[in-house]
Amino acid sequence: MNNKSIEKITTNIAKIRTPLRLVSGKTLPQYDLKYETYGELNENKDNAVLICHALSGNHHAAGKYQGDDKVGWWDNMIGPEKPIDTNKQFVVCLNNLGGCHGTTGPTSINPETNKVYGSDFPIITVNDWVNSQKELMDYLDIPYWQFIVGGSLGGMQAFEWTLQFPLLVKNCIVIAAAPKLTAQNIAFNEIARQAIMKDPNWHDGNYLSKGVFPNHGLALARMLGHITYLSDASMKEKFGRDLKKSKLNFNYEVEFQIESYLRYQGEKFVTGFDANTYMLMTKTLDYYDPIKDLSKSIKDRLGDSKSKYLIISFTSDWRFPPIRSKEIVKILLDNENNVSYSEITADGGHDAFLMENKDYFDVMRSFIKEVDDGF
Amino acid sequence: MAFRKDLLLISSWIKNDSKVLDLGCGSGELLKILKQNKNIKGYGVDNDIQNIKSSLKNNVNVLQMDLDKGLNSFESNSFDYVVLAQSLQVVKKPKDLINEMLRVGKEIIVSFPNMGHWSSRIQLLFKGMMPITTNLPYRWDNTPNIHLCTIKDFLKFCRDNNFEITEQCITNKKQKSSLLTKIIPNLFGEIATFRIR
Repeated sequence: MNNKSIEKITTNIAKIRTPLRLVSGKTLPQYDLKYETYGELNENKDNAVLICHALSGNHHAAGKYQGDDKVGWWDNMIGPEKPIDTNKQFVVCLNNLGGCHGTTGPTSINPETNKVYGSDFPIITVNDWVNSQKELMDYLDIPYWQFIVGGSLGGMQAFEWTLQFPLLVKNCIVIAAAPKLTAQNIAFNEIARQAIMKDPNWHDGNYLSKGVFPNHGLALARMLGHITYLSDASMKEKFGRDLKKSKLNFNYEVEFQIESYLRYQGEKFVTGFDANTYMLMTKTLDYYDPIKDLSKSIKDRLGDSKSKYLIISFTSDWRFPPIRSKEIVKILLDNENNVSYSEITADGGHDAFLMENKDYFDVMRSFIKEVDDGF
Repeated sequence: MAFRKDLLLISSWIKNDSKVLDLGCGSGELLKILKQNKNIKGYGVDNDIQNIKSSLKNNVNVLQMDLDKGLNSFESNSFDYVVLAQSLQVVKKPKDLINEMLRVGKEIIVSFPNMGHWSSRIQLLFKGMMPITTNLPYRWDNTPNIHLCTIKDFLKFCRDNNFEITEQCITNKKQKSSLLTKIIPNLFGEIATFRIR
C-alpha cells in the first residue's frame, strides 16, 4: 500500500458573517469555520470532495504539519494515489461547528458578551452542520460536491447533505453509520455526559471562566467511548489479560494492560479536546433522525436526490453494526436511489473505518474510480 | 465486448425501462447489458467481496448480502423482474428463495446448469465419478454447488410448489436452442432458463 502523505496542506479559516438559524430556534450571528484543503479545484470545478469528521475528529484529515510527525486522522484514505486521490480530487475537510479545533464552538468568545461561550453555546444539529458547510461551499466557490464522504457521525452528515441539498451532491459514501441512534447508543452517550457533569470542575459548563477543566470526567467519557469503538476480538488480540507487571498486586492500581491503555487514551484525549464540545457532539448524535426531522417524510426529503450512494459497514462494529447500515440501504432502496452496499470483514470494531484494509480500500477505489471515469 | 449468451437470452426477456433485481449478480454483467440496452434501473446482489468490487467497477448498483437470509431488504412487488442466473444450485433453500423472489418481483427468471445433460450422465455411468463439466467445473469436495438438479427435477419442483412456468429456453453447449434440445431437453440441454410467475 501507498504510504506517501500529501505534502501541500492549506489550512484556513472561513469567516462566515451570514447569521445561521439553528434547528433549536436560536441564531448564531457569525462564526468561523476552520478547514483544510488538499489538491486543486480544477477548471470545471467538478472534482470537489467533502470529508465529514466523526465525534472527536477535526479538519486535519491528511498530511503532516511542518515539524510534526503525526499525520491527519484519515491519512491512509486521503492522499496522492490513495482511494481519495489528491492528485485528482480537491479535498475539503472542516472542523464542525461547535468543535474545539479552530471553528467557532464553546471555547470561542461570544461576540455578544465578549466572554467565552462555555455551556451557553447553542446545541448544534446535523442539519445545522450541513447548513454551515453549505456556506463554506459557497465561500470556496464550489458548485457541487463530486463526493461527500464520512464515517460514523461523519457518515450521518454525508447522508444528511443529500437530503438537504439533493442536487449538490453527486456521490455520497456513508461508512460505519446508522440512520439514527438506538436506545443503547444514546445510553452510552448519556453515561459519557454524566461522567463530565459529575466532575467537580464542571461548574455547569463554565469551567473555563474558573480556569479549571473537568478532565477526570472527560477522560472517563473518552474511555467509555473508546471501548465502544473497539471489538471484543481486537481488544483480546491487542491486550488479552496481559499484565503490566509480572504478578498480581491485590490492590486497585493499574494491573492489566487494557487498564493502562484506557487511562492513557483518556489522559491523551483531554489535552486536545473540550468537554463542552464533547457534550454537544454526543447530543448532536442523539438528536439525529432524518426520518422524523423537518416534518417531511424521508421520501419527500430524498425525492430529488440523484446522488449515487455507497454504504459500507464492518462485521465487528457493534456501535453501528452492519444491520444499522442496512437500514440506510433500505431507505434508499425503497426510494429507488442508486445505492451499493458492502459489508467488510474486519476485526477492528467501529474504528475499522479508520484502518487500512484491502477489501475496504478496494471497494472505495472501485466506486470512486468508476464514477471518476464516467464523468 | 462479448457477453455471456445466457445473459443475452435473459436480457431479451426483459422489457425496456423496467426495474430489475439480479441475485448472484457476479461482476454485474447482466445489469450492465440491461442498463446499456434497455435503460433499466437495477440492483445486483452478491455475497462475494470480489464480485462487489467488479460490479462497482462495472458501474452497477450492487448490494453485499447473503441470499440464504432471504430478501428482507426488498419490499413486496417492488421489482418488475427478479433474476437468479445460474445461482439456484448454490443456495441453501431453493424453494424459500424462489418464494421470496416471487414476493419481491412481478415476474422471476431462473436459470441453472442441467445435471441431466448427456455428458454428466456418461461421466457418472462410465467413470462412476461425479461429473465435471464446463458449466460445473468443480470437484465434489470443493464446490459451491449444493443443490444441483436436472430439468426434469426442476419441472417437478415447480409443479409441487405451484410455481407457474410461462416460458422456457433450453440451450446446448453452444448456448443455442437446437432440434435436440427441443425434443429431449433433459439430455441435450446444458443451461435451462425459465420465466416463472
